[in-house]
This record gives sequence, C-alpha cells and structure tokens, in this order.
Amino acid sequence: MKLKINGVEEEVAAATVGELLAARGVDPAARFLAVAINGVVVRRSEWDSQSLGPSDDIEIVKPFSGG
Amino acid sequence: MTDPFVVAGTTLSSRLIAGTARYPNQQVMLDCLEASGAEMVTASIRRISLEGYAESLVDLLGGRYRLLPNTAGCTTVRDAVLTAELAREALETNWIKLELIGDRELLYPDVEQLVRAADELVRKGFIVLPYSNEDPVTCQKLADVGCAAVMPLGSLIGSGMGIANPAAIELICSRSPVPVVLDAGIGTASDAALAMELGCDAVMVDTAIAQSHDPRRMAAAMRAAVEGGRLARLAGRIPKRRFAEPSSPQLGLIGS
Repeated sequence: MKLKINGVEEEVAAATVGELLAARGVDPAARFLAVAINGVVVRRSEWDSQSLGPSDDIEIVKPFSGG
Repeated sequence: MTDPFVVAGTTLSSRLIAGTARYPNQQVMLDCLEASGAEMVTASIRRISLEGYAESLVDLLGGRYRLLPNTAGCTTVRDAVLTAELAREALETNWIKLELIGDRELLYPDVEQLVRAADELVRKGFIVLPYSNEDPVTCQKLADVGCAAVMPLGSLIGSGMGIANPAAIELICSRSPVPVVLDAGIGTASDAALAMELGCDAVMVDTAIAQSHDPRRMAAAMRAAVEGGRLARLAGRIPKRRFAEPSSPQLGLIGS
C-alpha cells in the first residue's frame, strides 16, 4: 500500500499505526511521540485500532530543540 | 513569593523563559538552562528521523523543566493548529507558543492568520502564548480572543538587535490585560533588563545565550538582568530631566 510518511512516499505493509511504528524500529510504547493521519491527530490509544489506507498522509513527530 | 509571575493561573518561578536551540552541544544547553534559572523552556515539534530513534530532548531535560512546545516554521493556520494538536498529544500539555510566520527571511508574524489561529486554538482548549509583532492593536486582539499572554518581538528572531521599538513595548505593557513576554531579538543582558524596565512580565531568550562566546556565563547574566530589571521596575525610576539637578547641597559652598 502506498502511503506518505513524513513527506516521503513509501510502499508499506503495515495495517495500523502501531504496526507502522514497530516496522520502522520505533518503540510504540515510547513516550513523547505523536501521529497524525491526513491532518487529524490519532491518539495513542487508537494506534492499534486506526487502520491505514492507501494514499494516507502520515506525520510522526516528536519534540525537538527550539526557541 | 512576593512578586509572582502568573500565566493562565500557573505561577512560574522565573521570569526568564529559555530556548533549547542552537547550543554548541547538549551539555552546554543543560548547563545554560540551569544557570539561567528558567522554569519554562521551549521546544519545537518535528518529524522523527526514521533512520533511528535518537535520545529525545525531553528525556535529556529529565523532568526538571516545564516544556512549552512551539509552532515554529508554520505559515498557515492549518499547519499551526495541527502542530499544536500534535504537540499536545506528544507532550501532554495544552500550553502552546503559537508562531505563525509571514516572511521566511524576517520571520515576522503574519498577524491576520496569527489572530485566527489563536482564536481557533483557544476554542480547542489550548493555553496560547502567541509570538507577535510589537503592535498594541495586534496584542489587544490576541488578548481579546483569549490568549494567556502576548509575546511581542523586540527585534528579528536571532538578530541580537535588542528592543527596536521600546515605546511600543512600553505601550503594550501599559495596556495589556494579560502578561507580556518580550520574545525575540534579545542580544545581551541589558536588552533583557530594558524589557523588564519597560514593564514586561518576562523575557524569552535563546540565541543570545546559545550563541554567545561563553553561553554559561551569558545565561547567568540574563538571569541577573531579568531580576535586576524587574526590581528596578518595581522600585519606580526617577524621571528623565532635561537639566542637571545637583546632588550635593548648594549651601555652605567654600568661597561663596
């Protein structure tokens, strides 16, 4: 399934946010992470239930240094 | 505390808010934050690098500081609101430093979009601290839509040019129904002290500390400057006079 993840189009096998994070080596239990699909935040509690669809635009973010 | 700094009902122990960017390295950043005495520090929200999950800024700060996420780099209401919502989710705080930029070279706020984004975020339950231009009308609008503070710039972000329009800052401070935080352009300690003397409730500093020659020392200097400037403000300065007023008595002059 073709998706956009953090601005990059990729072929992805994962069916949910949780699976996507795990496949990328990101511990889904890690704190201070947030995910949005098509401009809508997906809460952590929904990571395993929210299914991914073709052409979904996904943002996976964390806090970083800033002023 | 006899002179509390209160924002949205929360008392902060320091009137200096520090940024976490542009330090030579992480250890210097940690030392500077400590030397600054800041309680609240800012952070940005960015895409994770999918090559690896590096130690996060939040882990580094070790729960010692109150994190204020920002919407740095956003140029539209949509992006600013989404960034704020992601920040709320990632950091479990509804506080947000709202930045909505109208010019990438100047990093000046797009005030029309800024006020709209602030309004939307307040309605969504955020505690909004907007980075603003130094315009009393804009600051009033931001307060009117429910921002918890207003944060006018002293001069361009990272420019070190100090307070370009002290009269405007003083006007904003005298009229603002919410706390005023001077945010952007501070270059050295005297700029921070001036901001406090003009009536600001707090000051936000990043580049002036991080990129100084001795950041740890500059962080300490900023701490002292904010404290000194605030004391001076509360003490009530003498007026500026056109002519001299002698300090020594005029009677009993030898040879008179």
